[in-house]
Amino acid sequence: MGLVARALEAAGFPTLCLTAAHSITAAVNPPRAAFVDLPLGHTAGRPHEPEFQREVLRRALAAAETIEIPGTIVDTGMVWSDDDSWKDEATSGLNNGVNSAEGDSRRARVGEPQYQFEEDRVAADAG
Amino acid sequence: MGERPPVDYIARTREQYARLGYDDYRWAERPDTPPWTPLAKPVAEANLALVASGGAYLRGQVAFHWQDDTGIRLVPSDQPASDVRVTHFAYDLVPAREDPNIVFPVDRLRELVDDGTLGSLAPQAVACMGGIYSVRRAEQELAPAVVEAVSGMDGPSVDLVLLVPV
Repeated sequence: MGLVARALEAAGFPTLCLTAAHSITAAVNPPRAAFVDLPLGHTAGRPHEPEFQREVLRRALAAAETIEIPGTIVDTGMVWSDDDSWKDEATSGLNNGVNSAEGDSRRARVGEPQYQFEEDRVAADAG
Repeated sequence: MGERPPVDYIARTREQYARLGYDDYRWAERPDTPPWTPLAKPVAEANLALVASGGAYLRGQVAFHWQDDTGIRLVPSDQPASDVRVTHFAYDLVPAREDPNIVFPVDRLRELVDDGTLGSLAPQAVACMGGIYSVRRAEQELAPAVVEAVSGMDGPSVDLVLLVPV
């Protein structure tokens, strides 16, 4: 997404990247970023916690206003919980979170549409 | 951040790929000064477009596939997040399918417009797939498609783009 942010910014649109992957964002170096210390797949907050989710966005939007130096990553201070043990299991976004020693645990990267529900496929095919 | 430092996903990917006998993955590195467009107005007056790479789509749309899908889907910003589906090869979909706001926060953004934190929402959000393996394809296919969608948005011009990766 950092590459997309850079392209948008070059086209005249100010951007703010929310990110839970500090090292990946630092490498691609987007114009403005706000770091949240949350597991992958939860970049915008904990599920079913609207106030927590709004606070993530408020802090990200505040960063959009305060960052003055291109390439800055602000730490929003948003954390998953007092307990950081989720980091033991966390693995790259390039796999599905199972740090397997036996083999490649990622889901197969199939080239067909992957619907959440079978009815979605029916609706899309009818459209 | 938490008491422990952020998870270094680049290092963890390197370790995992080495264990699997794969070549090292080359993450995009852009050490140059990034492009810069100043904010033209405060966030409380800004028209914001959401771009989210969690693989969101709506019933009736063709879902993303999992093999470097560089396409985009436009999702009306007034659509409740509960109507949004998500598909992705790289993260645990269960929580996001229970509450799509954690990867596609349209409900929360509408609430921030209502309480005055944010000026307005562009009429459509841009959904795409993260985890495009090819940096070249992310830059040459995905990025231009997103720029075109944001440029061509109905209503007032977009003052700020919020990008939410997964």
